[in-house]
Amino acid sequence: MSNSGTIEWDYAPAPERIRPDISDEYGLFIDGAFVEPESGESFKTVNPATGQTIARVASAGAADVDKAVKAAKAAGGKWSRLKPTERAKFLFRIARRLQECARELAVLETMDGGKPICESRDVDLPLAAQHFFYHAGWADKLQWAFPGCTPRPRGVCGQIIPWNFPLLMAAWKIAPALACGNTVVLKPAETTPLTALHLARVFQEVDLPPGVVNILTGAGETGAAIVDHPGVKKIAFTGSTDVGRGIMHALASRDVPLTLELGGKSPNIVFADAAIDQAVEGVVSGIWFNQGHVCCAGSRLFVEESIVEPFVAALRERMGRLRVGDPLDKNTDVGAINSREQLNRIEALVACGQEEGAILHEINDDPLPKRGNWHRPCFFTGVEPSHVIAREEIFGPVLSVMTFRTPQEALRRANSTPYGLAAGVWTDKGSKVFDIAGALEAGVVWCNTYNKFDAASPFGGCKASGFGREGGRHGLRPYLNLRSSGA
Amino acid sequence: MPTPVDAVMLQQRAAQLGRRSIKTTSKAAALQMAVSMLDLTTLEGADTPGQVRALCARAKAPCPRDLGIDVPPVAAACVYPRLVPAAVEALEGSPVRIASVATAFPSGQSSLDLRLKETQAAVGAGAHEIDMVISRGLFLSGRQRDVVDEIRMVRAAAGDAHLKVILETGELETADNIRRGADCVLEAVASESDLGHGEVFLKTSTGKVSPAATPSSVLILLEAARAHYRSTGIRLGVKPAGGIRRSKQALHLLVMVRETLGPHWLTPALFRIGASSLLDDLVRQLIKLRSGRYASLDEVGIT
Repeated sequence: MSNSGTIEWDYAPAPERIRPDISDEYGLFIDGAFVEPESGESFKTVNPATGQTIARVASAGAADVDKAVKAAKAAGGKWSRLKPTERAKFLFRIARRLQECARELAVLETMDGGKPICESRDVDLPLAAQHFFYHAGWADKLQWAFPGCTPRPRGVCGQIIPWNFPLLMAAWKIAPALACGNTVVLKPAETTPLTALHLARVFQEVDLPPGVVNILTGAGETGAAIVDHPGVKKIAFTGSTDVGRGIMHALASRDVPLTLELGGKSPNIVFADAAIDQAVEGVVSGIWFNQGHVCCAGSRLFVEESIVEPFVAALRERMGRLRVGDPLDKNTDVGAINSREQLNRIEALVACGQEEGAILHEINDDPLPKRGNWHRPCFFTGVEPSHVIAREEIFGPVLSVMTFRTPQEALRRANSTPYGLAAGVWTDKGSKVFDIAGALEAGVVWCNTYNKFDAASPFGGCKASGFGREGGRHGLRPYLNLRSSGA
Repeated sequence: MPTPVDAVMLQQRAAQLGRRSIKTTSKAAALQMAVSMLDLTTLEGADTPGQVRALCARAKAPCPRDLGIDVPPVAAACVYPRLVPAAVEALEGSPVRIASVATAFPSGQSSLDLRLKETQAAVGAGAHEIDMVISRGLFLSGRQRDVVDEIRMVRAAAGDAHLKVILETGELETADNIRRGADCVLEAVASESDLGHGEVFLKTSTGKVSPAATPSSVLILLEAARAHYRSTGIRLGVKPAGGIRRSKQALHLLVMVRETLGPHWLTPALFRIGASSLLDDLVRQLIKLRSGRYASLDEVGIT
């Protein structure tokens, strides 16, 4: 038999057809209702895959922030005194409702942010629901989480979240705050406000008491107004290191606890004795998941010198199989870049890498859509640790491949960064896993896997990647005042 | 040095490839392709020449003519050695090949001499393809060298017949072991300078042990075939068998081949699916694509 007659078989378009109920305009969600902003201002939110405007969204000014904080404060008394088992019921109902409308929300997330539907469907939505389920379980067990203490809520929590996992980050922030009896003023990112606003609809549907969660859309000034408001008793921020530093400055003279989850330049270390085919998969999901818009993206790959050639060849072949394009197609692996601004930044850094002499590998030849923001997945070889692309967070589908000769050298190079969010170790040798993982300066270390998230597992960074943890028992701590029971 | 395989990422990748959405024209082509790659199998103690004739009729024309659906013949009919003559007679003049299990299928627990004789007898009776089992006893007692030698000897005994080497993944149990078993086959054929594409297949299971062709175990075989291709340029065939009953599973397998080995591997010369009842579901799905309704099993002419 010969190979003639082979059918050149490919996947037909498989668009997700369901459409969420999107309004033309969205107000601010304050005290349980959508209201016009005092500022009178609004901005548009755009589908990054098409360039089309999806809706107009209110922009909250200082007066709106004041209104929201007051509503949160007013709701706080009753909410914090509510029987913990009753608070748990609300969280449980939110989780169930998220599951019920998961498909619509996944489509909305993909339309507003550009990520492939398979990711919003299989990662963002299930994890968001899981965070509410998980924290529903904690609500009536807080005194056992912190033995010997009397945990009390802090009050109004100001929360500012990024555009890469809009709904999931909202869940990470809101669920523990509510479980601990706090109330919330949350600001979603300017480019991806819609799923947070639809989460507000969920709060209405489950009869969450008005004012317990308030959602204010807007840009950096809105966030600054939340940080500066004297009624806010705790700030949680996920986003860029620069903005995080600014928030820390602003809070320096005030008794407001802060948690920051900031940028990263996470190393993925592959030893020659690793399961290579699986390591390639881990590297792929480490850097090309969500177009590389992941704070813990494994953007620096360190491969043991003795296997770098076959490894890079295998990575190239695998990269060539990624399907880039319409994020609403169920077979798309890499979607649109979140904003024009971010695309410009990625392109500038890729150009910088080429100027500094690194070699760009970019082999996906399928034509990209004409409209919208797109960047092919790619990687650089010939990268030196001193190159800009090896040091700066790119937050795009761009990987820097470097080599090492010994475990000590791998550690030295991996730790040589201002950041410390995540890291990956790939080896079949158990003792090496523990040696390396213990010496890596990172908040999260994955061994023979990457990008694994769970509501029960604390996530957060060290060094310039921030402080504080989200998820697990650790994630409750920032939302509680702990007084010793004996005092 | 054995090639390690890590089960966590292996399973993640295998599951990820199961979430591809295969619709409309792509689905129709895939269903047809799956039929053409089928080793339609009957391996029961109760098999008779009559039963084999019925199977062979179905192999030549998988869809009853009155349904008016154009379906290609399957790749091969797979039977026990004693029933090869019946298959030869029934498949005379058709493109359907005859595959025979041999080597004391399914356990492999008889003397090497008898297993080689059985192989020669099956080929002598007219089998084009031999599905052998490796000796899991030898493998698990650490005598992998001997497993390699036995594969070589069966290959020689099979002559020009193509050889499919059944690892019985369910008995090897771990991902590392399955890869090591596949590597035994790679090693056994490494010395053949004139080995052609698809002359030797890696096959998961006998169908008599559970688990059989799990997505993860198939992915290991695909990765082994890819490694062999990268180092020698020779394309080994891969054949999942055992527990594949639904079209959805077949589509998952085709996606795994496409994205692990590339679209050029999607030919009956290089990829087979060993199954008995899968054909019923493939035909029902083809009917569904055409008419918009699911056919009952009574309509597809099961044997």
